[in-house]
Amino acid sequence: MSQQRHPLFMPLIFVGGLIFGFGLGFSHMARPEVVLNFLQFEDFGLLFVMFGAAIVTGIAFAVMPRISDRAPLTGRPYGRRLKSFDRNVLVGGAIFGVGWGLSGICPGAAYASLGVGNVTILWALAGMFVGAYVQGYWRSQRAASETTPAGAD
Amino acid sequence: MVSELFAPALYESLFPVGISRYAVGGLLVGLGAAVIYLGTGIPAGASTFLESTLSYVSDQSRFQQYVSSRDWRVVFTLGIVAGAFVYALTFQSGLLSSGLYASGTTGQLYDVGGVTLWLTDVQPWRLFLGGILVGIGTRIGKGCTSGHGVCGVGSASKTSIVGVITFLIVAIGTAQIVMALGVSP
Repeated sequence: MSQQRHPLFMPLIFVGGLIFGFGLGFSHMARPEVVLNFLQFEDFGLLFVMFGAAIVTGIAFAVMPRISDRAPLTGRPYGRRLKSFDRNVLVGGAIFGVGWGLSGICPGAAYASLGVGNVTILWALAGMFVGAYVQGYWRSQRAASETTPAGAD
Repeated sequence: MVSELFAPALYESLFPVGISRYAVGGLLVGLGAAVIYLGTGIPAGASTFLESTLSYVSDQSRFQQYVSSRDWRVVFTLGIVAGAFVYALTFQSGLLSSGLYASGTTGQLYDVGGVTLWLTDVQPWRLFLGGILVGIGTRIGKGCTSGHGVCGVGSASKTSIVGVITFLIVAIGTAQIVMALGVSP
């Protein structure tokens, strides 16, 4: 996929991101206060954002594999987004939940927040990179210590 | 029975600013993800960008698995920022108007060169500490509100549905505790 990318690959990704970010702005999800209002039961509008979005992707995910085997720009087969279930989904989801409940911010909405002029959100973005680095460092060390003894031959 | 459920007073307390702007925005968020999927077959999420971008500056093995996707993830993220800026330039600045847009009672609006921008009132320590936990949690938990919540739920993935229920419940509990402790904004 990376050797010879279709010339429209990057423009399409950008346009998709553009619509995605505009939608986050329009739905006010780029405002942490509005997300916190939902979590504090003061405005349940967020449910319509998440399910509205999931309905549209749901249609795309259901219909496309019937129309065509492969995506035109990558040759990648159409398939659902499936991740294996294990304890990490619960542990990570819970840690994410504490962070989301404390700050009202999730990754996509944080990028969009920067776009609506909210420079204060750089605190959240800096925090996300720190957090992603910490878990990546820890998991890299753990993976190394698990494979090294087994691989000593 | 149904009309009682949707009594105006109840509707107003559940949805003080209506549902239209949320539904329209949500459909656009889904459309953005669908456009990428139609062209590329990729179910895009927003949180992998954090790890994939770290692969530019860190040799940790965990990040290296994202080297092949890191370029387009940067483009996707720049698209999200740009799309939100287009919103700021149009509706937020009053260039386009819609009954669905209200300047709102949260945060502060400010002007730069005729563009109306917006700043949050949520305190930096909440954003930073919350951000750290979001960074750890979304990556261990295999996705965020877009990966699990939009693409995963759209795929009817059981893993994603469990993930969404987990972070929704914990986030609601956390926000309620924070509110009860009197932290505001």
